[in-house]
Amino acid sequence: MTNAALPIKAPGAPVARPVRRFGLAWLGMVPFLLFAFLFLVAPTVFLVGGSLQNAKGTFTLENFANLFTPQIMQTYENSLEISIVTAVIGGIFGLLLAYAVISGGLPGILRSALMTFSGVASNFAGVPLAFAFIYTIGRAGLFTVFLKSVGIDLYNSNGFSIYSKIGLEVVYLYFQFPLMVLIIAPAIDGLKKDWREAAENMGASSFQYWRRIALPILMPSLLGTMILLFGNAFGAQATAYALTGGFIDIVTIAISRQMRGDVLFNPNQGYALAMGMVIIMAISIAGYSLLQRRSERWLK
Amino acid sequence: MGRPNPAITGTAIEGELGPGPHGPGAVPSNSARRSRRSRYAGRIFWWLIFLIGFLYFFLPLYGTLDFSLKSKPFGSAYTAILSDSGFVSSLGYSFVAGILTIIISILIIVPTAFWVRLKYPQLRPFIEFITLLPFVIPPVILVYGLLNTYNGKSLLPLGDSDTGLNVLLVAAYVVLSFPYMYRAVDTGLRAIDIQSLTEASQSLGAGWGRILWQVILPNLRTSLLSGAFLSLAIVVGEFTIATFMSRPAFAPYLNIVGDSKPYEQAALALVSFGITWLAMILIAVIGRNSRSQIKVTLG
Amino acid sequence: MAFLELTGVQKRFGEFAAVHNFDLAADAGEFVSFLGPSGCGKTTTLRMIAGFERPTAGKIVVNGADITDKAPNQRNVGMVFQSYALFPNMTVADNVGFGLKIRKRSKDQIKKRVGELLELIHLPDKASRYPWQLSGGQQQRVALARALAIEPQVLLLDEPLSALDAKIRVSLRNEIRAIQRQLGITTVYVTHDQEEALSLSDRIVVMSEGRVEQIGTPFEIYNFPSTGFVARFVGTLNVLSAKVIDPGAGTLEVAGQPIRAAKPISGGHAGGMITVALRPEIIQLGSRADLNNLSGIVDDVTFLGSIVRVRIKFTDGSGVISFDTFNNPHLAVPDRGTAITVSFPTEACLVLDQAEAAAAAAPEDLDAA
Repeated sequence: MTNAALPIKAPGAPVARPVRRFGLAWLGMVPFLLFAFLFLVAPTVFLVGGSLQNAKGTFTLENFANLFTPQIMQTYENSLEISIVTAVIGGIFGLLLAYAVISGGLPGILRSALMTFSGVASNFAGVPLAFAFIYTIGRAGLFTVFLKSVGIDLYNSNGFSIYSKIGLEVVYLYFQFPLMVLIIAPAIDGLKKDWREAAENMGASSFQYWRRIALPILMPSLLGTMILLFGNAFGAQATAYALTGGFIDIVTIAISRQMRGDVLFNPNQGYALAMGMVIIMAISIAGYSLLQRRSERWLK
Repeated sequence: MGRPNPAITGTAIEGELGPGPHGPGAVPSNSARRSRRSRYAGRIFWWLIFLIGFLYFFLPLYGTLDFSLKSKPFGSAYTAILSDSGFVSSLGYSFVAGILTIIISILIIVPTAFWVRLKYPQLRPFIEFITLLPFVIPPVILVYGLLNTYNGKSLLPLGDSDTGLNVLLVAAYVVLSFPYMYRAVDTGLRAIDIQSLTEASQSLGAGWGRILWQVILPNLRTSLLSGAFLSLAIVVGEFTIATFMSRPAFAPYLNIVGDSKPYEQAALALVSFGITWLAMILIAVIGRNSRSQIKVTLG
Repeated sequence: MAFLELTGVQKRFGEFAAVHNFDLAADAGEFVSFLGPSGCGKTTTLRMIAGFERPTAGKIVVNGADITDKAPNQRNVGMVFQSYALFPNMTVADNVGFGLKIRKRSKDQIKKRVGELLELIHLPDKASRYPWQLSGGQQQRVALARALAIEPQVLLLDEPLSALDAKIRVSLRNEIRAIQRQLGITTVYVTHDQEEALSLSDRIVVMSEGRVEQIGTPFEIYNFPSTGFVARFVGTLNVLSAKVIDPGAGTLEVAGQPIRAAKPISGGHAGGMITVALRPEIIQLGSRADLNNLSGIVDDVTFLGSIVRVRIKFTDGSGVISFDTFNNPHLAVPDRGTAITVSFPTEACLVLDQAEAAAAAAPEDLDAA
């Protein structure tokens, strides 16, 4: 360690205090726990509590029952669809891209370039991303105009719109597949060369190696990461908000509308809407950590 | 007939580090030629994948640049940014929020991660669960809960004043930084043998504060920096929480500036992208340095 | 005709020649070890037999068939890796049966064969375990069974024991040897551990810097090393500098004391300095008129378990010499500082040439043993 600043006592300095046992050491964790309680747990508990009350403050499950109206179900459906589509497409493309630079025989420099870019792009959600796509494939965007000049009218022929579900999916993919690249790269690195050689040695073709060894080994990480992508898209609000100005029917936007008190203002209903989302997110993260544990065991 | 120069052969390791089964000079047989052809076909496929990714990545950036340069006179959108007080103040606000976030996050995460590793490993799943919660509770829900919990009627009416909202904003950002910061610190702690370092410093007479501050923290420098830059990038680009708390942060400013100054908005989007990029490159550079440091230590 | 033949095999990585001219003819059922330090080309040679590396020149023939250009998955050569390389997503049984599945054997056949092999490696009850549930030694035994399952023509083992604990290393070593004898399979074993090579092999190929230094039985390699490198690498060695008195008669002087070599000194002239190597176990305590004698003061005594190694310092300060004596409860261990005389036969003096002597004088020689 180059900078291990071990304290060196000058000769003659007072003899050190006797080594203390861990008596009060747990106090070091108090600030964290307190902080997490105040600003993470308490607000969530507040929402849970609110979702189980009516306006008069009595206990009810009505708010959750009210979620099962066609309108709110449609909202959840839209969110789920966008999240699943972008998780699957982003996941597959991210895997291919990561494999291309790691084991596809491309120049080594492309790998570090892709990794840095993925770090940027996976965090490049929100307002600037929305605008970048409006300038590019919006109605008057650069790429739209270019396509028109070669005879393809993006906005007339097939009903594409950047402000629609498909448009949102195209934009979301911009941070989805880089996230996949970032998370799956270590797993691809974890595929040992020895496994491929052992398989070849026993007569397996390249295809057989992939089908029986590489893909099964990658599968937990692959599925786990896709779940993470799903949650990533499901919880995204800024990009959708900036892109559509709050006029797309997905859960995060619906919650935003509740917060602004726009439509049919009913705070308890809003809390239930939020809780529904938390529950879906919790299930997906649980699935993720389950799969993560398995792949860690394999790739140890 | 001399032996091969030991200086050369001495540095080379077993052949497995060589360029692989099709090293230069191999006499191609029929089967070798066939496998080479399929190899080239494979490489073209991978190049194609890379190209698609590349285009998908750069087209929106190019679109933004193209749009921002349409302002007359040429480049005026960029010069306008610099004289735009709204830009400077909102970016400044976000940076200050980001730096406060980082400091608080480090102060509360490092001791916690340290104790969990050193003394309370059985608490590990619990602490990890808490740090993962921000993934389960997205910003829009977090801000929803925070504003309702700390509204004017609560014991701690932070939502009522500007100062209170600033505190609440940074608190929310610290929460958002939990997963990244904890992960970074925990990985850093795993890389160094904190048990021995702690015992060594104890035996030399150091107290807990000194151990954390002078022994553990310096050894965590690289992981802390990477966690810090990631947090900074997230905070500067954060839109949802800042908007609902009506804070004068960068992302909300970027969202509304387009109504009056569309070209400036494009320029700002690019600039904010550049900031994220810079943070990531810094992380990469720091990461690379830390690796070489470890090598020196071991070698 | 030999079963496994390597003729003029070379491997270059760009400018660097990993393997020079490698010739070997191994008989069916023979156990051959490649022994040498890391970087000597032994693993590269093994990987050329397996097909993972393509020789730059030369020919590899197995059972009369030229396999030099065959793809690795067409060779029917079994390989055991240093890292075990078990497939983590498969059970022990699936790992062992993998090669048979690729060969499209019926389920019953595979099950039967896997059962036999698990019996052979003494792990019949672990069939449904996953690799991460096994110890390192068990994993390597499964890897061995997996390599044997395809009934390979040649079995290749690439430092299979170096990732294991010392105790398990020895027991698994014996097990490998027993299984190899039982199956009579032609085996090539790569190791940097001379003890492994000596105890396991029918023949040893000692390699250094991409060249074959010597091929011979363990007995020949140890007792009659043909080069200084072999003498130094296999076993432990005293390295003494000696003054030549009469090259023709083979008389020398070490630390001012006369000794004789069995053969005339070819590389030296009267009055010149040469280097002599001596195995510590050939030296015995006490002076004997019919042998070479050297006197000095006991400098250090190292207890190594079954043997005790005594280091003697020459009084003129010109160096040290170590010798081994078997341990027994009644052994009178000499004290440090006592004067002592040791003796050794004339034919024990291995005269090294100067280049080899420089290499042999590397400090790790005796102390690392």
